Amino acid sequence: MVYRTRYITQGIAKVLIWLAALSTIGVMVLILFQVLAEGLPVLHLRFFLDSPKSMGREGGILPTIVGTFALTVVAILFATPLGVGTAIFLREYTRESRISRLIRFGTDCLAGVPSIIFGLFGFVFFVIYLNMGWSILSGGLTLAAMILPTIISTAEEAIKAIPPSYREVSYSLGGTRWQTVMHTILPSALPGICTGILLSVGRSIGETAAVILTAGSSLLMPTSLFSPIRTMSVHFYILAREGISLKMAYGTGAALILLVLLVNTVANWLLNRYIRRRA
Amino acid sequence: MPPETKIVIKDFNFYYQSVQALRNISLTIHPREIFAIFGPAGSGKTTLLKSLNRLTDLMFGTRHTGTIFLDGANIHGPQTSLTQLRRQIGMVFDLPTPLPLSVFDNVAYGPKLSGATQKGRLAEIVEKALRSAVLWEEVKDRLHTSALRLSGGQQQRLCIARILALEPEVILLDNPCSGLDPISTASIEATLAELKKSYTIILVPHTVQQASRVADRAGFFLNGEVVEEGPVYQIFTRPKDKRTEDYVTGKFG
Amino acid sequence: MEIREKVIEKLLLLIAFSSIAVLALITFFIFEQGLPLIWKIGPKAFILGQKWIPSKGLFGIFPMIVSSFLVTIGALALGIPLGLACTIFLCEWSPPAVGTVLRPAIQLLAAIPSVIYGFWGLIVLVPLVRNYLGGPGLSILSGSVILGFMILPTIISISEDSLKALPPTYKAGALAMGATHWQTIWRVMIPAARSGIVASIILGMGRAIGETMAMIMILGNAVKMPSSFLDSARTLTTNIGIEMGYASGAHREALFATGVILFVIIMLLNSLAIFLSRRRSS
Repeated sequence: MVYRTRYITQGIAKVLIWLAALSTIGVMVLILFQVLAEGLPVLHLRFFLDSPKSMGREGGILPTIVGTFALTVVAILFATPLGVGTAIFLREYTRESRISRLIRFGTDCLAGVPSIIFGLFGFVFFVIYLNMGWSILSGGLTLAAMILPTIISTAEEAIKAIPPSYREVSYSLGGTRWQTVMHTILPSALPGICTGILLSVGRSIGETAAVILTAGSSLLMPTSLFSPIRTMSVHFYILAREGISLKMAYGTGAALILLVLLVNTVANWLLNRYIRRRA
Repeated sequence: MPPETKIVIKDFNFYYQSVQALRNISLTIHPREIFAIFGPAGSGKTTLLKSLNRLTDLMFGTRHTGTIFLDGANIHGPQTSLTQLRRQIGMVFDLPTPLPLSVFDNVAYGPKLSGATQKGRLAEIVEKALRSAVLWEEVKDRLHTSALRLSGGQQQRLCIARILALEPEVILLDNPCSGLDPISTASIEATLAELKKSYTIILVPHTVQQASRVADRAGFFLNGEVVEEGPVYQIFTRPKDKRTEDYVTGKFG
Repeated sequence: MEIREKVIEKLLLLIAFSSIAVLALITFFIFEQGLPLIWKIGPKAFILGQKWIPSKGLFGIFPMIVSSFLVTIGALALGIPLGLACTIFLCEWSPPAVGTVLRPAIQLLAAIPSVIYGFWGLIVLVPLVRNYLGGPGLSILSGSVILGFMILPTIISISEDSLKALPPTYKAGALAMGATHWQTIWRVMIPAARSGIVASIILGMGRAIGETMAMIMILGNAVKMPSSFLDSARTLTTNIGIEMGYASGAHREALFATGVILFVIIMLLNSLAIFLSRRRSS
């Protein structure tokens, strides 16, 4: 009976879909499990505090941790004011017009540029043209350009979520536009903006292609913003691809995963708390 | 009634894009009186109120003709400071709108933005404003808790205290009791009676009865026009215009 | 006070153009570095040339274009069915408790750095392919599988949004007419959410074509035209990534030229996706 066929089809579809969902989680668990299982035993205090010896075969990964941290800080420092400022302009200082549509289009396009192109750009612009050399500054600025669209869109969402009545109240109490932004809009949008920043931090930590072309791959401890450095992800890549030390690669990879997991968990927690407060 | 005038509206027209919301409004508001603007929904009452403190400037695509004078000065004139105007003419909205701050910070918001920043001075201002809004006794022990925890009636009185902290001259109230229970409504009305002694008040009442309880003079608004205006006892008992009579007696609403 | 407000307004206007400024700078410098070489060799020779031998000055990127294309197709072959299945699972068929586990899991999938994916592919997948299917293991097949999983979160999250945005009457109406749940999903809801799903696929494509690190680690380094999915290969991205470290002179210009082609392809794809999703929301 045709009646039965429909339900058989549905049954098959249901099984396939469950399989698909489970295999997706399964693979992810596999990947994480593999790296963490082999890598966690390598992680002890000396691993985090020592510098690498003999090209990374022994010792620790301290300079790379410092490098990752420095690069991320520079990126956030430059991208946040620019990103939040753009969002404030789009939502508070203008209405939908050709200018705002152009800005949004530019932001969306920037979000789609692949990291290797950012690497090429950062190399020719920061390293060569602006003569900054392979450095924390070059890498950080390149990363800032990469995370700018994320900061802009999360900041915009956060500002959009603020009830219009708050603005009305602030203006009716004699507030100027900027005062309203500083005293009402920004404080309320802060959790959302922080979530965007954290997401960007997570992305910066894992970014490799753009960093390797702009920050170099030096294993020495950096001494200034103009020092070249190697980040954790670059170190991991080099260890794995050059076959230098599988054990160290696992360790670095595990540290990388833990760091990214931590940042993303905090970001999600913040997001949930923020959503719950709004609701 | 004192012969001086506080607010004079002359031949005022207001347009949202191509829709005309206010037609040839001409009204005079006297100092220290309560003037009620009543009429069916959508007749332009909120628009008129928002034109008085130029909150309408925030909207895009609006324009107006005619003039509005506050104490003889054109509020659209080049010498008028927008922020100063909005401190002189305070507005309370129909739904209580506390900012997501403490009670204290809500009331201190306006003064802080206008430059009063010393802690002692702010505390004085906040207490005085809360007393005038008849809210001090109820909140004096929880000034630093979130304003969102107050009841509807308390929140609305908080909104009144907020503008009183700026020592305005005119208070605009757009249907302030719309979401409130009868007890809170009564307390707001009592507060208005007290405030009238020092401030000029323009009120959009929730009901015609509220207008007759509270106001001195009233104006009937219909389709963006002032149909008639006059002392309360006259408008509600012997209205001159048939449309006013029909509305007041409940033939339409 | 008024002056301060005006200054702030102008400053914010300037700041707001930063994303456009960055985009313009990127476009300018990439083209400035790469276009001269394309012009010198001739666009046809560059794009359709099959030999890439920098030491002899031969710069043809056709094998890379084909490899990029093949890897992406492979990734989509895995990513689209799996992505749609997970989307349907999340939206329609999972008990809410499972959803609260699966959704963060997918977000986590998106947050894992590509080098980790590449590493796992190198350690686990490549030997598997080599032992059971032949070839060097470092192959387009391995690359496609890994890439497929990497683009899953993109496809899932955007498709989920479009399914959720459907008016509930679509589902209610179909069910009321006696369709099974599956028929409703497959024949009514998915087609209705078509443009959003297509946009997600195009974005996933852009992401796949632009992926570098994982592909460097898994695809091998063969500069010739691939003849099967088990061959090693080089994509446009890995071409740049592998040789940029030691290239100079005309060689380096050629890498930038590769970047120009990559940039143009991705910008076209993403503009299409943006156009489609803007049209959907208006």
